[in-house]
Amino acid sequence: MSAQQNTGSANTGTPLVEMRDISISFGGIKAVDHVSIDLHPGEVVGLLGHNGAGKSTLIKCLSGAYQADAGEIFINGERAEIRNPRDARAHNIETIYQTLALADNLDAASNLFLGRELLNTWGMVDDDAMEAETRKIMGRLNPNFRKFNEPVSALSGGQRQSVAIARAVYFNAKILIMDEPTAALGPHETQMVAELIQELKRQGLGIFLIEHDIHAVMQLCDRAVVMKNGARIGTVNVDEVTDDDILGMIIMGKKPEKAY
Amino acid sequence: MTQALPPVTPQTRRGLFEHLQIDSRLLGMVGAFAVICLAFQLWTGFRAVGGGNPLAWLTGGRFLIPQNIFNIANQTVSVAIMATGMVFVIVTRHIDLSVGSILAVCSAVMGILQVWVLPQLMGLGIGNPAIAPIAIFAGLLTGTLIGALNGWLVGYQRIPAFIVTLGGLLIWRNVGWYITSGQTQGPLDANFLLFGGAGGTLYPTASWIAGLLATALAVWALFRGRANKARHGFPVKPLWAEGVIAGFVATAILGFVAIVNAYQVPPGRLTREFAARGETMPEGYSIGYGLPISVLVLVVVAFVMTVIARRMRLGRYIFATGGNPDAAELSGINTRLLTVKVFALMGFLCGLSAIVAQARLQNHANDIGTLDELRVIAAAVIGGTALSGGIGTIYGAILGAVIMQALQSGMAMVGVDSPFQNIVVGIVLALAVWIDIQYRKRKGARA
Repeated sequence: MSAQQNTGSANTGTPLVEMRDISISFGGIKAVDHVSIDLHPGEVVGLLGHNGAGKSTLIKCLSGAYQADAGEIFINGERAEIRNPRDARAHNIETIYQTLALADNLDAASNLFLGRELLNTWGMVDDDAMEAETRKIMGRLNPNFRKFNEPVSALSGGQRQSVAIARAVYFNAKILIMDEPTAALGPHETQMVAELIQELKRQGLGIFLIEHDIHAVMQLCDRAVVMKNGARIGTVNVDEVTDDDILGMIIMGKKPEKAY
Repeated sequence: MTQALPPVTPQTRRGLFEHLQIDSRLLGMVGAFAVICLAFQLWTGFRAVGGGNPLAWLTGGRFLIPQNIFNIANQTVSVAIMATGMVFVIVTRHIDLSVGSILAVCSAVMGILQVWVLPQLMGLGIGNPAIAPIAIFAGLLTGTLIGALNGWLVGYQRIPAFIVTLGGLLIWRNVGWYITSGQTQGPLDANFLLFGGAGGTLYPTASWIAGLLATALAVWALFRGRANKARHGFPVKPLWAEGVIAGFVATAILGFVAIVNAYQVPPGRLTREFAARGETMPEGYSIGYGLPISVLVLVVVAFVMTVIARRMRLGRYIFATGGNPDAAELSGINTRLLTVKVFALMGFLCGLSAIVAQARLQNHANDIGTLDELRVIAAAVIGGTALSGGIGTIYGAILGAVIMQALQSGMAMVGVDSPFQNIVVGIVLALAVWIDIQYRKRKGARA
């Protein structure tokens, strides 16, 4: 893994993730139709398209929520079988869902460690150790975070998002899937998440960003993949195109010259 | 640890209860329980005034006397044991309507084993010491297997728990009826009867030892928790607050022991027991009952279930699944297998309750545990378990069961007509949930 991260710039070397020729249908409707995408270390790839374009469905094949009908997934050049979220985690793939997959009745530490609790020597859940670790990582990611002993239902959208991101970061995610991470956030909190993404990028993570906001895509992403009706329209390097080029791809399925 | 921890927000002017950090809902329930007890104590006391003593209303109450407290404790055990399991079922957003019927079929299996299969068919003979352990094992296994079947149907086959257990409500009691041919099973094995409350107690000396051990354990757990928090540099309650809580706990445990020790075994029974050993009872000899074994069973269940709920992964996953099933699934928790475990645990506890209920009644009859499903669900709900899932406590469910039993006992004692008894219990159930909703609203608004 570390050798991969050191290859530095995007689009060279073995991709961190390669999804080849993925197809998935629901009751005769092709939700994803022979789509291939890839992701390199230290790169943010945006996935764009209308609602129902298939981007969320495609990425759920990587997070283990769905299984593709056809196609292959390669992690670091090796074929990977991802049948459920546990398999995805075993490949260091972490997902931050739009709907914030947190258990509202539990506190931040319980959510951060959910499914991977720290145990003491008696095999009992060690809440104090988990709270200490949570305080450490939140001190780094969101120093204003205070509510360690309250259920996350008492937190603001941004605080909840920072718990979700902390969970991914704490467990050394190499591949991060973010589904509209700023959709529910105010301007200040959106900026906080944007800075966090830059920081994760510097640490060599690969990030798939599902996003509707073109400005966020232009600001955060290196490349953008546009989907429409389950098919991939094209992929562009974000600094070679304009907002309008991308909008044209999303709305009319028009592929600019620089796309591939 | 060397990393800078976020500073703790300084809080000024905190109330006594905030210092103690006791759940205000727990306080509310204890308060309600105290009000119920005092009301019945005074009610029965005023009746005694007619006897000529004008101050009898202060001293003549019949509710808070050792005998009645001992009886209420014994009568509560069966429902309270099942209520702890029902907390997990309801927390995971399911329901189990079949617990009374599972109790009945477990009781039928144990009854027929003790009365017919083991002593006669297998030729062990009446009074063989192997009978009670075999019967108990079979009863617990029956309950666990039926619970696991319920859990499999709910978790893997996706049939709503309401339907699965509504079917079970009809099925299992009648399976029990079928295997016993509808006959009452008795007399039961002598060792088995030790689980029936007054039939098996520790007597005063052992009760004091058990009480002191429990107190020591509770105080040790309190201060160990405090030491752990301090080790991580977390804020802890002031030492005096910790001491006040330890004092309350010790008073409650040892007070209960003192009360059950004060309840004297009737002289007639003592004379018979001495005669059975071929001795004569010394003049003026008397002894208190002490802690019933059935109550100790409940204490152990409460302890184990609390540890599961708060200190084990199983419990953490149960609460996470109840709070957000999708989040639990995405975190890699096998929620289907979890459902099987929760229902199997419920079934095991039904088997355990069957032991206590059967031993207390001293036989197995077809109607054992009838309507227990409603009492158990009511106890869990009065104890603060939310039907929407994710919220509930073991101690709350047990307190809920005690409150219901105290109400019913008290009303029977003062002679409230039977229909009114049920009307009152129904109103209390609805009222408890309403208060809980208001409480949550207020708390949510503040957060």
